[in-house]
Amino acid sequence: MNAVFYLSAAIAIIATVMVIIQVNAIHALLYLIVSFLAVSLMFFTLGAPFIAALEVIVYAGAIMVLFVFAIMLLNLGPQSAQQERQWLRASGWIGSAILALILLGELVFVLTSVSQNGPVGSVVEPRQVGIAAFSSYLIGVELASILLLTSLVGANHLRLQRRVGTRPQQPGMESMKNSFNDPDRAETTHGSSSSGKTLGEHQDDKGRNGFQEPGNQTGEAASKER
Amino acid sequence: MVSRNLAIRLEKLQARSVDLANIPVEVSLIAASILFVLGLVGILIRRNIIFTLMSIEIMLNAAGLAFVIAGARWGQPDGQVMFLFILAVAASEVSVGLALVLQLFHQYKTLDTDKASQMRG
Repeated sequence: MNAVFYLSAAIAIIATVMVIIQVNAIHALLYLIVSFLAVSLMFFTLGAPFIAALEVIVYAGAIMVLFVFAIMLLNLGPQSAQQERQWLRASGWIGSAILALILLGELVFVLTSVSQNGPVGSVVEPRQVGIAAFSSYLIGVELASILLLTSLVGANHLRLQRRVGTRPQQPGMESMKNSFNDPDRAETTHGSSSSGKTLGEHQDDKGRNGFQEPGNQTGEAASKER
Repeated sequence: MVSRNLAIRLEKLQARSVDLANIPVEVSLIAASILFVLGLVGILIRRNIIFTLMSIEIMLNAAGLAFVIAGARWGQPDGQVMFLFILAVAASEVSVGLALVLQLFHQYKTLDTDKASQMRG
């Protein structure tokens, strides 16, 4: 069991290093899944089989699928990997990495110098976890459910905002849009305008409206769909 | 009768825990802290917002690993309950975060975090 633990810890660390140095998002995601599976094996050897199953189901399953869908929707091309390579080549990351490694060294020193160390080791059954979660941690479970509901509502709100389109519109564009979209009103303005100057202005407005047209149309289509 | 069954089960449990129990707690905590620092380095060195979200996931996972190690050290279920809460936080964070990423890409056509520096809708 010890060998299994050390091996899976090594795999988790190597896979995580590969995640943070990859340039391709999908490759990084696959390494992250490997890392989560290795951490799940660590949980199992530490005597937490319930948490190991949850790690596989929720982390390596649900959350990673969410990432895959997001990357698929972003539709990144090969030039994004090129740009990643360009960003990673900058020498700025060495300083922060060294500082973080110094912090890790301090943490390791503190962990090894604490006198209350001992072996990890007793299996905690899922039954005990459930009893603890629904008796002494009941408020926490309720708060977690409220948090999940809030995130659901938030994600839905962001999606709706995106479909309507938040392109900033200039003030006064509203009346021009109305006059352009309503044929009767446009004709009356056209008929009532006697001087050539106003006609020219009107045509200019038409041109600008034509330029603005795609945004308006998608906005209208989205609001109709709603 | 019931108490004897319980005693037998406890004995079996202890026998299994003897099988499991030889990992020193500091070694496993060091593994968790290495994972956490790797996530921190990932946040510090990457500019792509997708990789930033992935690094946050790594850090949350390492924190949960530390909780589970502490719970296993003392044989209490509290660490695993804390991992359940961390799981809920990670799931909600990643759903809202990815919705924000899609919004950002829709607006700026890039995933660079520096492009989102001005707070205008």
